[in-house]
Amino acid sequence: MITSFPKLLGATAVTLKLLSASLFFGLFLGLFFAILRLNKNIFINKFAYGYSYIFRGTPLLVQIFIIYFGLGQIEYLRTTFLWVILKEPYWCAIIAFTLNTGAYTSEILRSAFQTIKPGIIEAGKSLGISNKIIFYKIQIPIAIRQSLPAYGNEIILMMKGTSLASTVTLMDLTGVAKYIISTTFKPIEVFIVAGGIYLFMTFIIHNVIKYLEKKYSFQQ
Amino acid sequence: MELLAFGKTGWGDELFYATLMTIAVSITAMLVGFFFALIFTPLKLSKYKTLNLVGNFYTTVIRGVPELLVIYLFFFGGSGAIMYVASIFGYYEYIEINAFITGSMAIGIISGAYSTEVFRGAIQSIDKGQFEAAKVLGINNFGQFYKIILPQMLRLAIPNLSNVWQITLKDTSLISVTGLVEIMRQSYIAAGSTRDPLFFYSFAAVLYLLLTYVSMKLINKLEARYSRGY
Repeated sequence: MITSFPKLLGATAVTLKLLSASLFFGLFLGLFFAILRLNKNIFINKFAYGYSYIFRGTPLLVQIFIIYFGLGQIEYLRTTFLWVILKEPYWCAIIAFTLNTGAYTSEILRSAFQTIKPGIIEAGKSLGISNKIIFYKIQIPIAIRQSLPAYGNEIILMMKGTSLASTVTLMDLTGVAKYIISTTFKPIEVFIVAGGIYLFMTFIIHNVIKYLEKKYSFQQ
Repeated sequence: MELLAFGKTGWGDELFYATLMTIAVSITAMLVGFFFALIFTPLKLSKYKTLNLVGNFYTTVIRGVPELLVIYLFFFGGSGAIMYVASIFGYYEYIEINAFITGSMAIGIISGAYSTEVFRGAIQSIDKGQFEAAKVLGINNFGQFYKIILPQMLRLAIPNLSNVWQITLKDTSLISVTGLVEIMRQSYIAAGSTRDPLFFYSFAAVLYLLLTYVSMKLINKLEARYSRGY
């Protein structure tokens, strides 16, 4: 149990790298699709809805497998520069996680945008603020504050999702845990250590989000 | 399209049975989850701090640890644990549990944690007066729960339970790592022998979308049924 701890801790770094990269890209993707969802053009709107429906309606495992095993099959892709990225399981995992969390994030942000009272936007307009500034300086900050609790859940779900990287040969926390279990046949001990590390991360994320919620709450 | 043909030439019938297996595992896991929720929801709502702690421990740990890790625990630790229990009763032969039971137990425990939270929320949002009125009318605890609280609770719980169902359905794809032949595993086998992973994994995605779509429609009907009178 003690000897496995350093190994698992080392693997935690991989998990954290995967998590932070996919959350970073996923946030932008989610914001982009949330804005598309609010667009009045029915085709753009449907496109963004279809994206989020497909990625939320299928398991993350399928998405990773399509990207890692499936895309390599297309001959044309192998000749382009994209192949440099797509042959690495690390980048495939990040692409899959980004697309997945992007879909969930777009839903969270969309509902946050929709809960903004029209009066706030109208107030901005009557003060002579341009639409662009209203969007960047009024709508986005309010939407971010509104979506904090739901986004915190999404971060935790994504952290658990990164465990699937172990299915495409990446040695993240779950991957290393599985390796140790299958070599030592001590599933319970390894589960306690690895699970403890995951729980610790959940605990930290939970509290950071709670702190941010408090900091940016409307009543101060 | 000939890849999907039924019979010996294609993978249609295999994938069809795999889809049935996914549905079977999901339903079993959901029922196992309800069973766990039945135990842990009262613990979470109990007046006693120790019981609260046990309930909270279950939901926090399961919801904070990746599903895959729980499945590995069951897959590698399951038969060991059963054999240990059996050895107490004097049975020392090797026992192997089948992948269906391990898988649906593992997913069931995960789905149970989510169901517990849903039921807790639903019960807590029922007006206190309902409990008191039942008491005043001299209805015993059993009748109070089954005739008064449960019907009201179900209406509130169904939308959230449909989320739990979706999560459970998607989680079953993870059991493929234990070798149970459900959609994901069958696609993996088909992709391996035909060297066409793109097609088979995309088809798996379509199957999952179909399952979530159909179950959504059914749940909406159920929701309408339980919201009669509102």
